[in-house]
Amino acid sequence: MGGGAGVSAPARPRTRRNVELGLLVFVIAILTVYAAVVEGNAIGEVTSDFWFQTAMIAIIFGVAHVAVRFLAPYADPVILPAVALINGIGVAFLRRLDLAGTKAVDRAGLSVFGGDGFRQLGWTAVAVIGAVVLLAVVRDHRSLSRYAYTLGLAGIVLVLIPAVLPARYSAINGAKLWIKLPGFTIQPGEFAKICLLVFFAYYLVRKREVLSLASKRFLGIDFPRGRDLGPVVGVWLMSLMVLVFEKDLGTSLMYFGLFVVTLYVATERVSWLIIGLGLFLGGAFLAYFLGKTIGGPFLNFSERATTWLDPFGDANNKGYQLVQSLLGLGTGGLTGTGPGAGQPTKVPEVRTDFIFSGLGEEIGLFGLTALLVVYVLLVERGLRAAINVRDSFGKLFAGGLAFTVGLQVFVIVGGISQLIPLTGQTTPFLSAGGSSLVANWLLIGLLLRISDAGRRPAGGPPAIGLGGISTGGGGGAPVQIKEMPTEVVR
Amino acid sequence: MNAPLRRVGVVVLVLFALLFLNLNYRQVVMADAYRTDSHNARVQATEYERPRGKIADAKGTVLADAQSTGDSLKFLRTYPLRDEYAHVLGYKPVNLGSTSLEKLNNDFLIGTSDKQAADRIAGMFTGKEPAGGNVLLTLSKATQDTAYQALGANKLKVKSGAVVAMDPNTGALLAEVSLPSYDPNLLSTHDINAAAANYKTLNGDPAKPLLNRAVSEIYPPGSTFKIITSAAAMTADSSLTPDSIVPGGEFYKPPQVSDFQIKNSHTGVCPDQITMKQALTVSCNTVFARMGVERVGADKLKSMAQAFGFESEPRLVEDQDHNYCGIVASHTGSMTAGSDNRVDPPAVAQSSIGQREVKMSPLQGAMIAATVANDGKQMRPYVVDRLQNSDLSIADHTEPKTLRTPITADVAHELQDMMFSVVSADDGTGKSARISGLQVGGKTGTAQDGEEAQDHGWFIGFALKDGKPVVSVAVFLENAGKGGSAEAARIGGLVMKAYADEKGIR
Repeated sequence: MGGGAGVSAPARPRTRRNVELGLLVFVIAILTVYAAVVEGNAIGEVTSDFWFQTAMIAIIFGVAHVAVRFLAPYADPVILPAVALINGIGVAFLRRLDLAGTKAVDRAGLSVFGGDGFRQLGWTAVAVIGAVVLLAVVRDHRSLSRYAYTLGLAGIVLVLIPAVLPARYSAINGAKLWIKLPGFTIQPGEFAKICLLVFFAYYLVRKREVLSLASKRFLGIDFPRGRDLGPVVGVWLMSLMVLVFEKDLGTSLMYFGLFVVTLYVATERVSWLIIGLGLFLGGAFLAYFLGKTIGGPFLNFSERATTWLDPFGDANNKGYQLVQSLLGLGTGGLTGTGPGAGQPTKVPEVRTDFIFSGLGEEIGLFGLTALLVVYVLLVERGLRAAINVRDSFGKLFAGGLAFTVGLQVFVIVGGISQLIPLTGQTTPFLSAGGSSLVANWLLIGLLLRISDAGRRPAGGPPAIGLGGISTGGGGGAPVQIKEMPTEVVR
Repeated sequence: MNAPLRRVGVVVLVLFALLFLNLNYRQVVMADAYRTDSHNARVQATEYERPRGKIADAKGTVLADAQSTGDSLKFLRTYPLRDEYAHVLGYKPVNLGSTSLEKLNNDFLIGTSDKQAADRIAGMFTGKEPAGGNVLLTLSKATQDTAYQALGANKLKVKSGAVVAMDPNTGALLAEVSLPSYDPNLLSTHDINAAAANYKTLNGDPAKPLLNRAVSEIYPPGSTFKIITSAAAMTADSSLTPDSIVPGGEFYKPPQVSDFQIKNSHTGVCPDQITMKQALTVSCNTVFARMGVERVGADKLKSMAQAFGFESEPRLVEDQDHNYCGIVASHTGSMTAGSDNRVDPPAVAQSSIGQREVKMSPLQGAMIAATVANDGKQMRPYVVDRLQNSDLSIADHTEPKTLRTPITADVAHELQDMMFSVVSADDGTGKSARISGLQVGGKTGTAQDGEEAQDHGWFIGFALKDGKPVVSVAVFLENAGKGGSAEAARIGGLVMKAYADEKGIR
């Protein structure tokens, strides 16, 4: 693998792949114990095939680990095990919900090849394969910037499809976020965020000089020129449209938050954060006010806000979901009832939006805190990859990807625990659902790719190729890509 | 770009710290409130997952049972004896709040009490399902049955009243009946809409069947309070005995008062000179009103009433911390007049015969009789005898406790002597309480309840065998009218006789 350049490098960074393997083994051990405890509590005995799911998970992540060894040998060793743990807990918990949906006497005989648990296991395999293929195809993240406009357009189309589709093809529980096809549904917004991020990163790297230099000083803060506000206002309008027409505050907050944060990282101007926050809060207040007064398309949002402020005021109707979520969390308390020993099915939508409160009842504050720490670890390692990588596009892109995960966890976990108004978001890697899982694994694939680029010794070749898009190394003359932002920054 | 990336990292940490703090609030601070919230269906399902422990009386008669249902709430709480034990047991509905003993012993009945921790840990090893424990009461079946039937079938056709019987030696309750009663099965039904409707009906009933008249209500005690006045007088002046001659007469006017006088209920029974014992036997109002004003005074009268338990809730031993049984304190009132709160002789005169602001619960009445019977030692009342684990081993039992000693044994014997006369003398007001083979003492009371309403009828009394206390009783007939106290005395005798017969003491 190592070319001639590697020999002269003074201290070649270690790949840390064995650390990753060790962590994965640890994760599998945790998941095995978890699966056994679930069966002990929910069935009353540990059945002879309790290990099946964990073994499948072990195989899937074993394959992912081997692929990373070949495709991204210098990738961050914490990212894959962190996601594997969250993903594995999600699969085990869905299996546990399948058990809860079965009569007590039939639980021991419940097939492992069925139910939401097995479906989620299948989606995990699909998602991990997707991420590996992405690693194999995208050999250099910078090549993505060539498709920035295409991906940006694709992102907007993906966002808007559910909005323009008739409700019966797109609405579930009042939020129009889906494309309903016979047999299954797709949540295009999950994929849109990655596409949009490529565009944001590309656009901002090109415009960062203009955006950060030309400004007016007001109240000690540097404000950008009016004409430079255009794209910001454009994204703001788009997120407001999502809010109003797709009736989803969470997705709206996601897109806008993403854009503002990448804008801030690109320009290093705090004023963008202030403007962004002001626009979002202003928009939300306006929507709330309009919902209260004229209703119409804004009604859904103002109702959600009312429910957020006093869920117990209408505990059996509008506040039902949130109230049951809070009661689940409270019942779990500090230590939880133990995996498999609670009654998470009392929480509505516990497979998707409310999976975190379902888990909270069984693993308690201690368990949830551990999960939050794993998420933080994932986000901070992603941001570390952004800091390590040398090109501006990679920095913005990786920073955005990592922040996406953090923001999404904040929006949904904050929502189910009454910190912020509740919005329909999936919990990354935990919630049942193929779209979310596949999209988030593609995101992880890209983070692995960028962290690999950041930690790879300078001048060394990229990982061995299986063909596909590649810059740098390779046989022929280096391909010069027009307009590709490749300047090296500290 | 690295500096803002690092700051984004800090922002993410702050956001997650907010999540963490909020989860702390939800899962630690609010945990108990959420766990027990009425919208939390888990509590119900868990509670109904296994049979709730039984409540049984001293002989093991099951008073509250768990019946297998086959629906999602697997066990139904049933009360086989329906109305008879409703007030003492309380009820355990699915959605409404539980009451009385069902509430007090809830943890033990569902098997989560601290006392069952060893049981639960053992269960983890043996694989045995944890189960609810049983609560065994001190109540006597024969006594409760007699009290319930005799009170319900009273000759005056009075609809509401109460009976409390207790063992003077220990304070153990033997019977506790309040009428009108209700069927607690109407509230424990799993049809929660029906339960709510039934509760609404019962709660709106003008006869107020949900009220526990035995322990949660106080009424003017009338002449039964003369026991307290006598006890105060004889404690203050040891030369005063049952045979001492005291001034009586048809009327009593307190000194320096012109427009007020106390009369007797009947003319001709109360001569100008009369013995203490005879005054109590025929219930002379003038004697005890004068005694209260001129020999005892407001302060000593009040302090003697307090020594017998007035002004403090006579809480059950096991219910000391909560008072889920809803026991209320009896009161003597102010006995003063005017803005300067000076002692008002007419008020003292009326209070001395149990009127004006004096109010007493039937439980307190039974305790006064029990204290006199038990040579002046007042025992703290209790009704839960033992807590029994699901394997029938005993987890806990209640020890009788001496609460106070308001009078000396000598004064107690003198009071016994006077109260025997009330029942045994041919002109005694309590003669219908007589029981052959036992020494029965008591005091009747006819208490005015305002201008419009009929008088209340009272009887408090005790039975001794060879000088040893056997049982004490209080019977209350609400707005019974003429003859109420005699009927109360008759019921009191029947109740005490039932207990003595059950014990084979007669």
